[in-house]
Formats: sequence, structure tokens, C-alpha cells
Amino acid sequence: MAVGREIVTKIKSVQSTKKVTSALEMVSASKIKKAKDQMLEARPYAKQMQTIIGHLAHASPEYRHPFMKEREVKRVGYVVISTDRGLCGGLNTNLFKKCVADMKVWQDKGVKVEVVTIGNKAASFFKKVDVNLKASIPSLGDKPELTKLIGVVKVMLEAFSDEKIDRLNLVFNDFINSIVQKPTVQQLLPLEPTKDENIKKNFDYLYEPEAKDVLEFVLGRYVESLVFQGVLENLASEHSARMVAMKSATDNATDLIKELQLIYNKARQAAITQEISEIVGGAAAV
Amino acid sequence: MSSIQCDIVSAETEIFSGEVAMVFATGVAGELGIAPRHAPLITLLKAGEVRVELQDGTHQNYYVSGGILEVQPYLVSVLADTAVRAEDIDEAAAIQAKEEAERLLKDSDKRQDLAQVQADLAKAVAQIQAISRLKKNLKR
Repeated sequence: MAVGREIVTKIKSVQSTKKVTSALEMVSASKIKKAKDQMLEARPYAKQMQTIIGHLAHASPEYRHPFMKEREVKRVGYVVISTDRGLCGGLNTNLFKKCVADMKVWQDKGVKVEVVTIGNKAASFFKKVDVNLKASIPSLGDKPELTKLIGVVKVMLEAFSDEKIDRLNLVFNDFINSIVQKPTVQQLLPLEPTKDENIKKNFDYLYEPEAKDVLEFVLGRYVESLVFQGVLENLASEHSARMVAMKSATDNATDLIKELQLIYNKARQAAITQEISEIVGGAAAV
Repeated sequence: MSSIQCDIVSAETEIFSGEVAMVFATGVAGELGIAPRHAPLITLLKAGEVRVELQDGTHQNYYVSGGILEVQPYLVSVLADTAVRAEDIDEAAAIQAKEEAERLLKDSDKRQDLAQVQADLAKAVAQIQAISRLKKNLKR
């Protein structure tokens, strides 16, 4: 009996979509754990850096590194971190919205905007936007390495040293928990001075070589580690956003299949009833 | 025997953490041996070995390709670079990143200004929100 063949086909196609989305959901769920662990492992380094910078700033108060000096903003730089792949709900869209809004504020003041991107989605977005795209890293994969970030960070650090930009911001999705990710614009340079009360002011280090040289080295590494931390936060955000998006897609597919099944059953029953009444009608006529 | 806390961390992971008897490392100004209650010191590290002597007298070796060594009387922290870093390698990475951007810009024909992009994005966000609201209502 050829009742509702179209419906059967439709149900099958929704079922196979559901298989794909639930597989993606499970993959993301397992990746969140790894991404979170990596995020936690990277934290001690940044924390140590911060302590050392705090000490150094106290140690040589007469020397102010350019990275720590506020100056008049004529050009502003952005490091934008995005995901490599889509299917993660509104994660990238929300991030770009926040980022563009921030840029607009500067542009309205006559400040030029320069951008470097990390991740495929940001690259393909900002090539369409009329801002100065200076450098780009296409893809970092599921286990990002600091090595791959050196290029883009260096471009911006050099630009800042040469006074080609006067401010540097980092744009990424801050991982708050598996449900909430917050698009964030964080100021990288100039570094805001740490007002850590815990730093003892009554002792000083021996420096090898000069405090100035150490500071120079530490500041560069510190900015790198902040960007790296941003990348890790963004990765964890990506996986959890994808998991949520895929979960709701799977739920929708389940609902859809239920509805279609109901329609199919009704159609089948109607066809049977009609056939019986035809037979009965035929028998009565004989 | 007195001991000193030693933490070796890189940007990517924690490498070693524990109580040790002594730490040996190669600073830019020469070899360093740090015993407990060493004077506070900060130095940059050269590529080479960081060796820790555990309290039972055994040694553990770690290779660092540079980094920072910070010493406080009861604490040694090594902030290690995992990758080989040199001015020219960094420079090459920077150039590569710039070229990538140029390549991207080459095949984009028309560029929109910020205001328009902002409007488009707002539309997209509104659409996403509307769709998710619609889905919720359907379920009820």
C-alpha cells in the first residue's frame, strides 16, 4: 500500500539529520573537558607572570616601559579570536557584533582601526569589513599551541612599539560555564598597572641582566600568554556553544519525527477506513 | 635537610611542582645553582637544561628553550618557553601572518564600512533570537 510515501521519506531524512546532530553533540561534550583542562593548565603561567611584572614595576619605578605608558589614541588595534568552524549557534555573530560596536565608537572619534584575526570565521568576516586587516592565522585546531600565535602577536607588539597603534584590545568569548559564554573586549596594551597589595615592598631582586631588559622580555611573553589564554577560553566556549546548539537541534528533530509519525499514522488509518467502506459499499450493492 | 618549593610552568602546561633540595639552571649570565634560602633573584634563561635535585638525592632533568627564572627564599619558579624562540624565527612567523592577511584581502572584492556591517550583524542576531524563541513556543 502506497500511503504517505512522501512522509516516510521525510521521516527518514529527519532521522539521519538527528543522528548527525546527536553525534556532533557527543563529540563536543567530550571536547569541552579537554579544552577546560588545557585552560586550567595555562593559568599558573599567567599568574606567575603577573606577580613578576608587579615586582618589576616596583623595582624600577623610574623606568616606564612603553607598554605601560598611556598615550593619546590615534590608532587602535584589535586581536580578534573566533572559531574555525560554524554550527555553534550565535557564538561568533554575538562576538563580532560586540567587537564591531566597540570599533564603531573609536571610528566615530576619528581613530583608525587595525585588526589581526585568529581563526577562520574572523578572517572571512573581517576581509569583508572596511578596516585595516594586518595579519591573520587561519586555524589552530583542537589543541592550540602558543607557537602558532607568535606571528600575529609580534605584528601587534611591533606596531605598538613603533607607535603605529596606541592601544591594543583582545576580543574573545569568555568561558563562564557550559551554558554562558560572554563576548569580551579586553585591553591588552597599555598594561593597566597592577595594584596588588600582596607585593612586599621591602625586598628587591637581584637582576640578571638589568631590570629593564628583564621587564622587556617578561612583558612580551605576558601579552602572548594573555592572547593564548583568550584562545583557550574561546575554544572551550566554542565546544559548549556547539553542544547546546546541537542538543536543541536533536530535540527539534525528535519533535519533528513525532509529529510526522502522527500524520503518517492518520493518513494510513484514513486509507484503510476508506478501503473498508468501499468494500462494504460494494458488497451492499451486489 | 631544608628544602625549597620549585614550580616549572610553561604557557601550555605545568611541568613540575614539588619540594626539592636544589635547582640548577643556565642563566644568560652563567650557570646557577639555587639552594634553599637563596637571595631573591630574577634572570632570563638560556636554552638548556633545568635540573632539580630531589630530597632523596635523585635528579630530574627538563629541557627549556629559554624563559624566566624567579627566586624567592623558599620558592623557585621557572617560566619556560616550550618552543625554540629566536628573533629571526619570530620574524618569519610575523611575516607569514601578514602574508596570510594579504592573501585574504586579495580575493575579497567589495568591502563594507563598519556601520553597515553593524546593521547586518544586528539583523543576524535578531534572527537567531527570533528562531530560538519560536522553537521554545513550539515546544509548549
